[in-house]
Amino acid sequence: MSKAATLEVGNLRTHFLTKAGAVRAVDDVSFSVRKGEVLGLVGESGSGKSVTGFSIVGLVDPPGRIVSGSIRFNGEELVGASEDRLRQLRGNRIAMIFQDPMMTLNPVLRIDTQMMETLFAHSDIGKQEAWQRSRDALGQVGIPSPEERLRSYPHQLSGGMRQRVAIAIAFLNRPDLIIADEPTTALDVTIQSQIIHEAQQLCRNSGTAMVWITHDLAVVSGLADRICVMYAGRLVEAGSSSGVIDKPRHPYTAGLIGSVPSHNRRGEPLNQIPGMTPSLINLPPGCAFRARCDRGDAACVEEPAEEKLSGGRVVRCFHPLAGGSGA
Amino acid sequence: MAAIEERLSAVEQSGKGAETPFRRFMSDFLDSRVATAALVTLAAIVLLAVLAPLYVPQNPYDLAQVDVLDARLPPGSKSYQGYTFWLGTDGAGRDLFSAILYGLRISLSVGVMSGFIALVIGSAVGLVAAYAGGRTENFIMRVVDIQLSFPAILIALMLLAVFGKGVDKIMIALVTVQWAYYARTVRGSALVEGGKEYVEAARCLGLSHARILFRHILPNCMAPLIVVGTVQTAHAIALEATLSFLGVGLPQTEPSLGLLISNGFEYMLSGRYWISFFPGVALLITIVSINLVGDQLRDVLNPRLQR
Repeated sequence: MSKAATLEVGNLRTHFLTKAGAVRAVDDVSFSVRKGEVLGLVGESGSGKSVTGFSIVGLVDPPGRIVSGSIRFNGEELVGASEDRLRQLRGNRIAMIFQDPMMTLNPVLRIDTQMMETLFAHSDIGKQEAWQRSRDALGQVGIPSPEERLRSYPHQLSGGMRQRVAIAIAFLNRPDLIIADEPTTALDVTIQSQIIHEAQQLCRNSGTAMVWITHDLAVVSGLADRICVMYAGRLVEAGSSSGVIDKPRHPYTAGLIGSVPSHNRRGEPLNQIPGMTPSLINLPPGCAFRARCDRGDAACVEEPAEEKLSGGRVVRCFHPLAGGSGA
Repeated sequence: MAAIEERLSAVEQSGKGAETPFRRFMSDFLDSRVATAALVTLAAIVLLAVLAPLYVPQNPYDLAQVDVLDARLPPGSKSYQGYTFWLGTDGAGRDLFSAILYGLRISLSVGVMSGFIALVIGSAVGLVAAYAGGRTENFIMRVVDIQLSFPAILIALMLLAVFGKGVDKIMIALVTVQWAYYARTVRGSALVEGGKEYVEAARCLGLSHARILFRHILPNCMAPLIVVGTVQTAHAIALEATLSFLGVGLPQTEPSLGLLISNGFEYMLSGRYWISFFPGVALLITIVSINLVGDQLRDVLNPRLQR
């Protein structure tokens, strides 16, 4: 933690104030990402991981809004920052990669137009230079004959190619932070691993910090340095990637890992977590997971606090699983 | 195997033929024979009208060339200066063939220009409404609703009664009654496009509002806009003809098609059909061919109707 953090999120609460009541999509979430580090933000649908991502870039649409907490980017507070300042940062210092590459490129604009306008929006460079940088960026993400691809329209590219273009656009302005919102979910598995590999390489080489939002533990275990597990808008467990995967402390994390099929347990039925994700509207106080948890008891009606363990491990549970050696 | 390879290469060939979006669009458009005929007719009409001063026997607006002694001659009669009035002459002695082509120039230019101005204003307003949302959108769209709840002819009549006659005034009237159609169309598709992820992505790239609106959203709204634009241009031409027919449109000295029809109207019952008939036919052909082209555009540009 001593190394300067690129992104520090502290007690972030983003709520959606609907007529039916407040939806606490993100409730008291804290984490930090250092330079060149990849943080995996894991959770099931509706656990608030995407909203966390959008909160960081300041693009939570009404009725949602950041109720409290702080988001510090390179030491600068982003909660309450002006729209102009946020726009200067977006696409420049903070970039985003989205889930569906079929949808994130404008269908009527050529690739070169879309890449170059990203450069023009943030720096005062000539056409020639912008074109060269776009071409180099496409080359870096492993697109063959980038000159030709620059002249294509999105519909002429495959899904994997388009996601590579999206990643190239994200890295164009050499940002300090990239938020990747399930970027490989819409791709097939072979392309997925290539994309992950390339994103990882780019981060390592450029020192870019990355928040990789996903529901897929398998993806994140090989990619992330640290993992944060979210459940019903709350951070339930955080720690180093190997620590969380090998020795989960929170029952929910353990349940998630147990429900991934693996070679060791061939032929055995898969474990599954009973019940459903609770509705986030007017969530009762206390641990949101208690109804589905086999370790829950009367104590869980209270809200468990975040317990900081050794090695940067955080767990929010009254009855954590035995961690063995800790981190 | 050979057959498959042949077909593959054929597919490749046809793929190459339809490479650019424009070429694919054109081949789709020309699929329909009726639409092709309409497009050719329309192109011919526009060309004839634009080039009219180069070949018509008489400038019908130049009073020195018009002789009142030639008034109401039937089609085919000889002028007293030697040339033939193929379509006859009107009550003022104008050669109808020349007058129709000159009238077409006015009708087409008024229709196209007012349509274009209305398109620009309407789509800007519609885009802003869709993008701004909230109260701004509500306000703009209620104004549009009010505008559209009045019959176009009523608004145009009132405006012209206030302003008086003239090409500029009729254009103002036509723009006033038309912008709302464009605003509504653009707002509808901009709302759909604005919800798509590429707009979110563009916002994440830190692009300015103007850039997102005009470079990202607007081009994606073009298809319905082109269709509405064609249909509304035909409407504008018809409306201009109606207003001129009613005598509030263009001045007598520079008759458009509507005014020519209205001039001949009083002679209809006395058997001098040609003064109204031929301008009417010209107007009909023009509007029908624009509408046919518009229909085909709608079919080609609407992905849901594609076979």
